[in-house]
Parts: sequence; C-alpha cells; structure tokens
Amino acid sequence: MDNQMDRHREAFREEAFELLTELETALLELEEMPDDAELIGRVFRAMHTIKGSGAMFGFDDISRFTHEVETVFDQVRNGKIAVTKQLIDLTLSARDRVREMLGSSEESSAAASASEEIVSALRSLISDRQQLQAERSIREEESEQSGHEITYRIRFKPSPGLMRNGTNPIMLLNELGTLGRQRVVAQKNSLPRLEELVPEDCCTSWDIILTTDRGMNAIRDVFVFVEDLAEISIQVIDDCGAMTEDGCKKLGAILIERGDIAEAELAAVLPLQKKVGELLVEKGIVAPDQVEAALAEQQHIREVREHREKTEAGSSIRVPSEKLDKLVDLVGELVTIQARLSQMAVGRNDALLFSITEEVERLTAELRDNIMNIRMLPIGSTFSKFRRLVRDLSKELGKEIEMTTSGAETELDKTVIDKLGDPLVHLIRNCIDHGIELPDEREKASKPGSGNIHLSAMHSGAYVVIEIADDGKGLDAEAIRRKGIEKGLITAEAELSEKELYSLILAPGFSTARTVTNVSGRGVGMDVVKRAIDELRGTIEISSRKGQGSTMTLKLPLTLAIIEGLLIRVAGEHFVLPLSAVLECVEFSGTERAAAHGRNIVNVRGQLVPFISLRQKFSLGNTTPAIEHIVIAEISGTQCGFVVDQVIGEHQTVIKSLGSIYRSVAGISGATILGDGTVALILDMPALFQMAAAEEISS
Amino acid sequence: MAGNILIVDDSASMRQLVSFALKDGGYDVTTAVHGKDALDKMNNGTKFAMVITDLNMPEMDGIELIRQLRQRSGYKFTPVIMLTTESQDQKKQEGKAAGATGWIVKPFTPDQLLGVVKKFVK
Repeated sequence: MDNQMDRHREAFREEAFELLTELETALLELEEMPDDAELIGRVFRAMHTIKGSGAMFGFDDISRFTHEVETVFDQVRNGKIAVTKQLIDLTLSARDRVREMLGSSEESSAAASASEEIVSALRSLISDRQQLQAERSIREEESEQSGHEITYRIRFKPSPGLMRNGTNPIMLLNELGTLGRQRVVAQKNSLPRLEELVPEDCCTSWDIILTTDRGMNAIRDVFVFVEDLAEISIQVIDDCGAMTEDGCKKLGAILIERGDIAEAELAAVLPLQKKVGELLVEKGIVAPDQVEAALAEQQHIREVREHREKTEAGSSIRVPSEKLDKLVDLVGELVTIQARLSQMAVGRNDALLFSITEEVERLTAELRDNIMNIRMLPIGSTFSKFRRLVRDLSKELGKEIEMTTSGAETELDKTVIDKLGDPLVHLIRNCIDHGIELPDEREKASKPGSGNIHLSAMHSGAYVVIEIADDGKGLDAEAIRRKGIEKGLITAEAELSEKELYSLILAPGFSTARTVTNVSGRGVGMDVVKRAIDELRGTIEISSRKGQGSTMTLKLPLTLAIIEGLLIRVAGEHFVLPLSAVLECVEFSGTERAAAHGRNIVNVRGQLVPFISLRQKFSLGNTTPAIEHIVIAEISGTQCGFVVDQVIGEHQTVIKSLGSIYRSVAGISGATILGDGTVALILDMPALFQMAAAEEISS
Repeated sequence: MAGNILIVDDSASMRQLVSFALKDGGYDVTTAVHGKDALDKMNNGTKFAMVITDLNMPEMDGIELIRQLRQRSGYKFTPVIMLTTESQDQKKQEGKAAGATGWIVKPFTPDQLLGVVKKFVK
C-alpha cells in the first residue's frame, strides 16, 4: 500500500517538475508581456494544479505554500494586482522553493524560514480584504471540484408563481449552460389554452441534460433561490469515472427511468411493430415533449461518450525511457539479423526466399523508423530552460540580453537532447560573457543597448542543425591568433583561414578572456563543448564578423543508436565512417602518390588536402593495391582524406559500444555487426585527424 | 445594456462598498437611504434593472419596500436581492413571501455579490 502511494507521489513529483518548467517559461514571458491574460492564466493554473494535487499526495507543505502564490495570482487574474518586476522575481523564487521542497523529504528550519520570507512578501502584495476573499473563494472551489465530466439529468418544474418574485427562468437555464454542455427541452404539455393562459404564470417545465465537471453543488447553486418555488431533481446518468454500462439505453428504458411511463405500459406497446416513441404518444401515455426530451438525452449521452472515446484515444501514455532503450536495442539486433538474412538470400538464388526477405527488410525498416520516432522529442523544452539562464546571468553581469528562439518544434532523439544540454549552456554562457557587450559599449558602437541571442534548430537530412547566434562584438581573429601562437597551438608562420582560426578556441586550454569571471573564462568550457559534441557524432562550426556578432553552428545526428555509415575495406578488414562528415570519394592512383613526394598530401581539383592512410595507421597488410581510394571528410572546417582500399557503400550502422577495455582507444568510437556476422569498427574521424595533426607538429 | 441597479441601505459604508463592487462589474448604480427614498427614486422616472436592499432601515424597511414595489407597474418582475445576515432567517422568509427574488448573506465579498447579481442582470 505504501509502495503504491510512493509511486503516486513519484508521478506527482514528475508532473510537478514539468509544471514548474512551464511556470518558469510563462513567468519569463509574462515579464515581457505583463498584460497578457492568457499568460497570467497559465501561471495561475500551474500553481493551482500543484497546490491541488500536492494536497492529494501528502505534500501539505507545498500545497500550503503554493496556495499563497495562487492567492496572489488570483488577484492578478482579476486585475486587482498588476504584474510587476517584484512580483515576477518573487514568484520565480517561490517556484525555486517548490522545486526544492519537491526534492527533499524533510524541511530544514532554514528552508522553512526561506518559505516564510517568501510568503510574507507575497502577503504584503495583497490587502487584508482581498486576502480574506481569496481564501474564501479557494475554499469554495475545492468543495466544488469533481475532477471529471459527469452528465446529469435535471428536471426543473417551477411553480406557477415563480416569475412573480422577479425570477427569470430563462436566465437560470442560461446560467446552467455556463457550467458545461447542455441540451434543454421545454415541456409545454401543461400549458393551458390561450384563453385560460395567465401570462404571469410559469406553466412550462424543463428537462435538461448537462455534462459538466463542476459537480452537483455547482448545479444546486444555480437554483439556490428557487428551491422552494420549484421541483428540482438532479440525477447522474453518465459518469466517466464510474461507468457501469456500455452502449446507449433504449428510448423506452429512458422514459421508465424518468418516471414518464410505467414498465407495464412499455411492455404493452413493445410487441407492436412501430417506433416506441410514436406509439406511446399515439396511445396518449406520454406527451410528445417527453419523448423529445428522452431522445435528446439519448443523443446527448451518445455524443458525450463519443467525445470521451476520442479524447481518450488521443491521449498519451508515459513509458519509462529504459523500456524504449530496450526496444531500440532489439530493433538494432533485428536490423543486423535482417542484413544477414538478405545477404544469405542473395547467395541462395531462391525466388521465394528472396521475396520473403524483401518483405522482412521493408518491415524492419518501418519498425526501425517508428521506434526511432517514439524517442524523438522537440528541442523546445531544452530551449526554454535557457531563458532563465540568460535572464539571471545577464542581470548579474549588468547586461541587457534578450533571447529569441525558432524551430522549437524540431525533434531530436531523447539521448541526444539529454546530452546536448550542458554544451549548449556553455555556448550560451560564452555568448553572454564574451560575446555581448555592456549596454554603453553597445551604444557607442551604435547598436541597440539590449543584445540578442538567437537559438534556432532545423532539420537537414538525417541531421539537426542548431545555431546559437549573438549580435555582440564578434571574435577577434588577431587575438585568437596571438593566443594560439602563445599557447603553442599553431606556429607563428602558419597561414590559417578565418574558419580554422576560430576553431582554435575549441582547443583545450584556450581562453581569450582578459579576466576570469565566475561565469566563464576558467579556461575550460569550449574544449569540453567540442568533446561533448564529438561524442554525439556532431560537428561544431564558428563564424563571426567583428563588431556584428558570432554564430556557432552545431550539426547533430538525429539519433545515436543507428547512423548512416560509409562501409569501407582496408586489407580485408571492414570499417565504417560516419557518413555525416563525408564530402566525397576520389580515386588515389600510384602516380598521385608519387606526386606527393612522400608527404601525406593530395591535390584534389587544385586544392591540397592532407590525408591519413588507414593501412599505415592500423598497420594492416603489406601490399598496397595499385589503385586506392580517398574518402574526403570535413573536420572542424578543414578537409581531410582517409585512404582506403575500397569504398563498399552506404551502410545502416547499428552502433554497438565497445567493451570497457577498448572504450578508451582513441580513433575508434564503436563497432557494428555486418550482414555476414563479422565486426566492423566505426572510426572516429575527428580524433584520427587530431592525432595525425599532433604527430605532424611534434615531428 | 448593463443596467442601472438601485442600492437601498441606511449605512453609508455599505452603500459605498456595494456600489464599488457593482461599478467594478460594469453596472450603473443609484443609491437610496431607505425604502421611501427608493420609491421616490423610482418616481423620478429611472427604470432600474434590479434592486438590492437592506432589511432593517428607518422610514420604510426592506420588506415593506418589496411589498410595495411588487404592486407598481414595471416592477412586478424586477429582480430584488435582500442583504441579510445569518441570524435574520425569519426576516428572510418574510422577504421571500413579499416577493424577493434572492438574497445574499453578510459578510460577503464583491465577487460573491457579483455572482448573485449576474444571475439576474446581464
């Protein structure tokens, strides 16, 4: 039992964390648009939900605490308190407090006093009178809520004198309609003939079918002043939380339930082959209006149920990500096995086997794509986390910075998104600290005082391109160059393109910041970013214009589990190169090798490209074939060739990580199993390139 | 049409509070200090969409006001709300018998008041 509760609490905690993120986003947006009623509503709802569910799951302290914030925002919602910077700051700290409370099971006294402080600050925002009112209305709300939609059958039969005390029954029906979806059928059968009609008398009664989530009390409240002036009956006829029967009731059954006819009367007409409703009216057992009302009820219930089925079908389920990981593993195995099957089928020359294999191949591909798709999440949630970072950090540094985003809906594999958070934080910190200038500096450069950081994401083939662009002072190519020479990363006479110069800032131990701040400039950071992006099999590119800002472009694979690879062979061994970085493949003949005079450089259409011979690198085989191939890849903005014996072609590569002993081998990032069951190593091209470059410099 | 609402109460602070709440809700407000004053205000030709009245008042109390008002042409079906307290159940019943439409128990909040008013006047 306790275990069960723990699980519920865990679910609540998860939900609350999401709500807090949502709350933060809404608050930050609200700061920019303080009059936006929708945003205020969002803040209120988030707080309200945390409060309400918090109490349900025994987080009484959180419930009490959020109640205070909710009270304030209720006032804001009613336009009684204006949204101020102070309010936003206070609410943000309250939000952080709730987060802490969710994390810790027991409150320390220091934490309690922190809560106390926030509460008293919040309370000072509202006057006593308003507070009293807010408390009252909250209490009422709690008693009213029933949580889910229930359909009621309401009979409202006023006494004739109803209107004589100023009650307008139509107003009551309209008020009832504001509670939910309703259908009203007027029962006019007790209306007298025109000459006997007293216009001041109310002779009509009403049958109402109402679907609402507000509960029975809200309905009773509508009729509060006419309770002794009318017969009012309220019955539950459909409760989705406790549905006992399925399908729709027959008309006759509804009429019996309503007490309009007796069972015996129905039994008498049923054998006759005609519509029950018409028959009953014909026999004078019921009035046509009563049948109409019953039919309306039948139809309403049908609609309610259809609506519910639709929303239920459209809702999502929560699955632990380990289950998905397992599924991805299995699909990986399946893809591998399927490749073996296909290869075997080709060898057998059996038409039947071949067609089955093709079918398996098609299904496997579809299954793989679908499962990969399940793991995809929009990057927007990651983006919105940075709003707070930008806000707090720029405030700390006395800078004015606005963050804009685009492409928040772009989807990426969950693992990639998880691992992307830290590098992005580093990059954005860098923009804030080094990129964007102080307001007066900006104004001197005739730029708007407030800087901008733009985060964007978009799809590009099997990759996602993420850009972090600022409109700050841009990179100082000369300073980077000097620093590079000073740190021994380049030689004084090296001629580097801008792109190559900029990529120096990604090298370990590089930092151009004049003073070390606690934000960035510890001399770590950019190389950590580079490493993290490499681990994700992504690339990073920097462009910049002095005085106008710089842009970091990250190119990341959609998923980590399966990549597009280029299968190559060197002396009987197979290797896979990630296709993402590959530009082209060219032939490498003996004459070209001779033209290089022993240096590892090849001329590709007039451009000199350094290359690495994998045969030499891995000490494979003795005899070099007459014609080799060079796979040209782009690494950190530079082109680099990899000499191989044979380029076999594209290969759907299911990545298998290497055992712990081999994991730290530089230049190899993993392995995959080929169709014939042999293992091919996946090469880490950036690492190979760096190793070669380091050897070059040291020699 | 938001409508003009007549507030009848001998307590100035109550008149002020109720007026404030109703004006906040977008209604026009006229005040009267007791039942007679209220009837005079009606004679002036203003048609009120609703009457909100206290019960204990000098000159003419709320119940008598309701009784007389229901006799007037043009006020037979006008909603009338009584301002009562918990202890005034007897008075409340009398008021209902006289033709009051609804009631609100003191103390109440501006929102609660508006909630009741909205039941009867758009």
